[in-house]
Amino acid sequence: MKKTGNYSAKTREIVKKHGGEKSALIAVLQDIQEAFNYLPKQALKTAASAMNLPLSRVYEVATFYTAFSLKPRGEHVVKICMGTACHVRGASSIQDKFERTLGIKPGETSADGKFSLETVNCVGACALGPVVVINTEYHGQVTMAKVDKIVGKINKEGAQS
Amino acid sequence: MVNMIIDGKNVAATEGTMLLEAIRGAGISVPTLCAHESVSRSGACRLCVVEIKKGNRTRIVTSCLYGVEEGLVVNTKSDRVQNVRRLVMELLLARCPESGLLQKMAQEMGIAPQLRFALDTDKGTCILCRSCVRVCEEVVGVSAIGLFARGSHKTVGTPFMEQSEACIGCGACAYVCPTDHIVMTSTGDKRKIWGRTFKMQACSKCGKFFAPVDQLKFISKKTGTSFEELSVCTECR
Repeated sequence: MKKTGNYSAKTREIVKKHGGEKSALIAVLQDIQEAFNYLPKQALKTAASAMNLPLSRVYEVATFYTAFSLKPRGEHVVKICMGTACHVRGASSIQDKFERTLGIKPGETSADGKFSLETVNCVGACALGPVVVINTEYHGQVTMAKVDKIVGKINKEGAQS
Repeated sequence: MVNMIIDGKNVAATEGTMLLEAIRGAGISVPTLCAHESVSRSGACRLCVVEIKKGNRTRIVTSCLYGVEEGLVVNTKSDRVQNVRRLVMELLLARCPESGLLQKMAQEMGIAPQLRFALDTDKGTCILCRSCVRVCEEVVGVSAIGLFARGSHKTVGTPFMEQSEACIGCGACAYVCPTDHIVMTSTGDKRKIWGRTFKMQACSKCGKFFAPVDQLKFISKKTGTSFEELSVCTECR
């Protein structure tokens, strides 16, 4: 299988970049996630053997941190902040709006693979609440109308490229 | 040797040992679940708590992890200790209501399940003490199992909850498990554990199925002893 080979080769490259150090496991997993947008099973197995770590240890770390995803994620990951400040400023209705607009629930990816929805606990931008982070871009003081605008803009950009 | 006072008795203990051993050595019983002689201590079950007094201060510590100290005053049955222990037991009971061992221990301690703690139905009898994970890493040396996810979703298992290639079917995890959460079934020449079926090796002398083939291969590889030599059960050796 070509895809499996790709995962292994790229993963080995990432491990090598970090010098194969066991303590670099989290950094390696972050890089793998950056490369594939999630943590593929094959990549975890390759990383474990390349770093001389038991697979169980790698899987423990991968499942512990919510920043890691073991399921393929969409092109655009929408993270809705559910921290206290955002919550009191209406994050749950923003979440509701995103769920209806994208047709997915938190933890899911849209059928076209374009969007993933996630809820996070605090992104450290409480003054801008409610905050929504899409990929690495922060959107502050999000309103219902703004949700449509943001999603519309991403859809338009995707159609152009 | 260090001298301590445990429940009003003068007790001497060897330096470097843990309080739990000193207390038990003095003939005082302390309930524990996760302190197993074969694995390192982790203080996971929290049932071994005792109250220690240094100077004018007292505090609660897990006796299985607290090293003996000169002049320490230990109380294993104070109200504070009993309260902490009761809460720990109540929470363990709520997590594993089906566990026969926990039920028995709770009864002996006079503790009943509390309504305020909703009973878990999906945890089996696992108290997440990590003894199995530690024995697999420290004693067996294959690290086939681990504790995955976090918080209330935390579960013990094999990576991806699939049949593990690293597992050698030795059953050490099932042996150390204090609450018998890990199920291992052996029938004839087959042994089933962690969803995988292992072929058992028959003793070349008496013909009894005594160990998984994979385990013998692993030992042979590690120690350099030939597989044929290992294919004789301990009774015939």
